[in-house]
Amino acid sequence: MIFHFGLFLGFQLIGEILARTLSLNLPGPVIGMILLAVLLLLQPRIGHAIEKTATGFLSHLSLLFVPAGVGVVQYLDQISDIGLPLAAALVGSTVLSIAAGALTFKYVNRLRGVPDETPE
Amino acid sequence: MNEILNIWSYLSEGPLLWLTVTLFAYLIGLGCFNLSGNKPVVNPVLISMILLSALLKLTGTSYATYFEGAQFVHFMLGPATVALAVPLWQNWQRVKAAAVPMLAALVVGGTVSMASAVAIGYACGLRGELLLSLVPKAATSPVAIGVSEAIGGLPTLTVALVLITGVIGAVVTTPLLNALRIRDYRGRGFATGVAAHGIGTARAFQVHGTAGAFAGIGMVLNAILTALVAPLFVHLFF
Repeated sequence: MIFHFGLFLGFQLIGEILARTLSLNLPGPVIGMILLAVLLLLQPRIGHAIEKTATGFLSHLSLLFVPAGVGVVQYLDQISDIGLPLAAALVGSTVLSIAAGALTFKYVNRLRGVPDETPE
Repeated sequence: MNEILNIWSYLSEGPLLWLTVTLFAYLIGLGCFNLSGNKPVVNPVLISMILLSALLKLTGTSYATYFEGAQFVHFMLGPATVALAVPLWQNWQRVKAAAVPMLAALVVGGTVSMASAVAIGYACGLRGELLLSLVPKAATSPVAIGVSEAIGGLPTLTVALVLITGVIGAVVTTPLLNALRIRDYRGRGFATGVAAHGIGTARAFQVHGTAGAFAGIGMVLNAILTALVAPLFVHLFF
């Protein structure tokens, strides 16, 4: 367990260092994630060792957004006079983006003659 | 009474109180979600956000004091992002097989997100830096902050827009995709990750492991796309 978290933190650290030294436009954790994925593809043994911890950790991903979310609620007062146009833009664009992305995925697959993966 | 005030002033200064309260607020949110029969509108993040905000207001606690405790939870976002490597690895064969539809969905979903946010904002009377702050709103917040700064938006506003986008995505994705009769968890998850980053990904993991894995990839790819394309987009349209 400690090793597993050490691995996640270690890759985040490597990611942060690379992001700064190479002045990449990506956050350290994203770089760390890509590097860890490469390691797991090369060394599946490590993947099998950490997959339980990772799955448990990720099943509570929602929790980790709560502190920042509370910050947003505090900030809402300051943007209340432009709240309506912002809300319209956010709701509209999010709905359109999800629909457009999922439909594209479906129809590109269909064009390639690949069947849908339907849930059991 | 004095005794209680003393205990309160002691606890309210340290991180223990608000860290504990954050965990329990989330458990209440999760409990409501389960009680509702996992209805997407009863989003655990949304419920805990509202509960905690009300509690801060009632107790006259500043966000800075709250964050002293909550920062430990917030900090875990970094290692959690790294941990997304595991579902990516587990699903690697399927990811490779779906590379073409994923890239197509990324380009379409990411572009539609930026363009429609700006178009609707403009139509509703938003101009200038407010409009620019909307451009990176589908990307994960560290990327969105950097992009917002670079293109002349307001980074603080962008953070709020990013989080609200995530909650909207988490709430609408299941009914929306059901209405469109899209059943493939790969496409469902991926589009949700592209449009609604980590909060959408968290929602996707609640629904299905495959959806979660593909949402995580969608989030990462749209972070890259936004960092590359948003400045070009702004250059073209502003």
